[in-house]
Amino acid sequence: MSEHPVPSAGVRLASAVCSTEVVVVRVADPTVVIECGGAPMRAAGTPPTPGAAPAPGRDGGSLIGKRYGGADAPVELLCVKPGAGTLTAGGHVLELRSAKALPASD
Amino acid sequence: MLLEMVADTIGDRIAIGSHSDGTTYAELLATARRGAARLRAHGTERVAYLGLNAPQLPALLFAAGAAGAAFAPLNYRYTDAQLSAAVAALAPAAAVLGPGAAGRINGGNGVDRLDADALFAGPDAGPDAGPDGEPAFVAPDAVAVLLLTSGTSGPPKVAVLRHEHLVPYVISTVEFAAAGPDEAILVSVPPYHVAGISSVLTSVYAGRRMVQLPAFAADAWVELAATERVTHAMVVPTMLGRILDELERRGERLPALRHLSYGGGRMPLPVVERALRLLPGVDLVNAYGLTETSSTIALLGPDDHRAALASDDPAVRARLGSVGRPLPSVELQIRDDDGVPVPAGVSGEVWVRGEQVSGEYVSHRATTADGWYPTRDRGHLDAGGYLFLDGRADDVIVRGGENISPGEIEDVLLEHPAVADAAVLGVPDTEWGERIEAVIVPAGAPPAEPELQEWVRARLRSTRVPARVHVRNALPATETGKVLRRLLREELGAAREAIG
Repeated sequence: MSEHPVPSAGVRLASAVCSTEVVVVRVADPTVVIECGGAPMRAAGTPPTPGAAPAPGRDGGSLIGKRYGGADAPVELLCVKPGAGTLTAGGHVLELRSAKALPASD
Repeated sequence: MLLEMVADTIGDRIAIGSHSDGTTYAELLATARRGAARLRAHGTERVAYLGLNAPQLPALLFAAGAAGAAFAPLNYRYTDAQLSAAVAALAPAAAVLGPGAAGRINGGNGVDRLDADALFAGPDAGPDAGPDGEPAFVAPDAVAVLLLTSGTSGPPKVAVLRHEHLVPYVISTVEFAAAGPDEAILVSVPPYHVAGISSVLTSVYAGRRMVQLPAFAADAWVELAATERVTHAMVVPTMLGRILDELERRGERLPALRHLSYGGGRMPLPVVERALRLLPGVDLVNAYGLTETSSTIALLGPDDHRAALASDDPAVRARLGSVGRPLPSVELQIRDDDGVPVPAGVSGEVWVRGEQVSGEYVSHRATTADGWYPTRDRGHLDAGGYLFLDGRADDVIVRGGENISPGEIEDVLLEHPAVADAAVLGVPDTEWGERIEAVIVPAGAPPAEPELQEWVRARLRSTRVPARVHVRNALPATETGKVLRRLLREELGAAREAIG
């Protein structure tokens, strides 16, 4: 796998600057670069660069179990490991998708 | 992946079993990883499971998923000959025999029997158990689960659910790790039912402790719900009726229970009203879904139940008999026989589209090119978008050119105090094409045929009156309570030939 993988559903990515890991849920634009903490994300299994930290303004953090993206975003991500960086795609912040409060059905 | 997230976050919580001796999420993940490593080493692409609800079931489901193998739970109610045929159809496959299933499946001919205990007993394995030590990647379009449909109106089919159907279903309908530490769900639906699978996935993702009932019996259900202080449960209609009987008999009201969902078949209105009366503090949820749609696609929520019960508006009150509104992530349309969408109030076939909708079988794909799946269920939407189901499209009776849904006649028969159960079907008729016949199970002394015919005439209209009412001790049904109409139809057809 290349250092900055082409996003496709099911691919797992790791932040270069914090502990964040995501799984790509949906892709509308496969050319977009997915970033965390201001730096492009890499294939899962690549540890964060030692000493690196999220860029200023890109340190909003990620929450496990939350989906980031939205209807018009180029990608939707599921955070599977939380971290300190903000998730962005092509420089645009991916919004935290609010959970739909559905009652348990099974 | 889903289990890993939960184990990372709340690993020391109990996932399965009692607070005192249950399995934690961290232990479940370790067990699933050991199983996945063994399955990968074996190289099988399909893992069949035969057994009751047991802690091995969730472990095996996640192990197969992580190993990229399809999980195929088998129906333990099958005869040994039916089981052999089902497993042979899956070969090459590994077969795991759970509790109560020893010796029921033969190895050979591409079927390897694996012992459940040995499968999970190996050395601990990490997540990176691929041959080169690289992170194991399971493609989203890999098959996750193979399930036999219940086949009430035709022979069962093998439905295919892929990771790309199940994962969106779970992450878009369940809030991650949101269950409180006191929450527990009682799982009594058999593992070979889609709700048995989706229940494991959604409970784990929510972080809700699962309490498993190996096989359903009303007294054992009530007993376990009381001792484990169960807060959530999912039941099929026949189960709920029996549970309510048992609660009344014991005077038990299950104070910890606060959420009860039901689905998997037509729920008689009198049973819903009785549940609301007996368990006033419990949130009721009616869920409608199919094997082919990764479980729930429409919901009648607790507030819908209360609003319907409290309303003086007959249209709102009627919603107690609906299956609620489609999930926000699912598109739903009612279409006529030509596939054209019809307006609210008009009956037709229910079509759905969404990421969780598979509509695929081992033999063929039933979806259109643009992803719509015809469910073969008939129904209509009301002005507020609530879905009312009339029954299976294949069960519609065509009498003198008029389409008649058996469901509405069955509902009316069930309101008669002397009728415990009812099925209505079309029987070939030289004059009408099909005529309506009913099969009832009496609640006590069997009511006279003319009395029931008059009962239907007064509430519906004369074209809905069954030409004959047969009395039986029981209706042939699947274990989850769906009437096997195809058997009844054969039976009535055979009786007719014998007479004629």
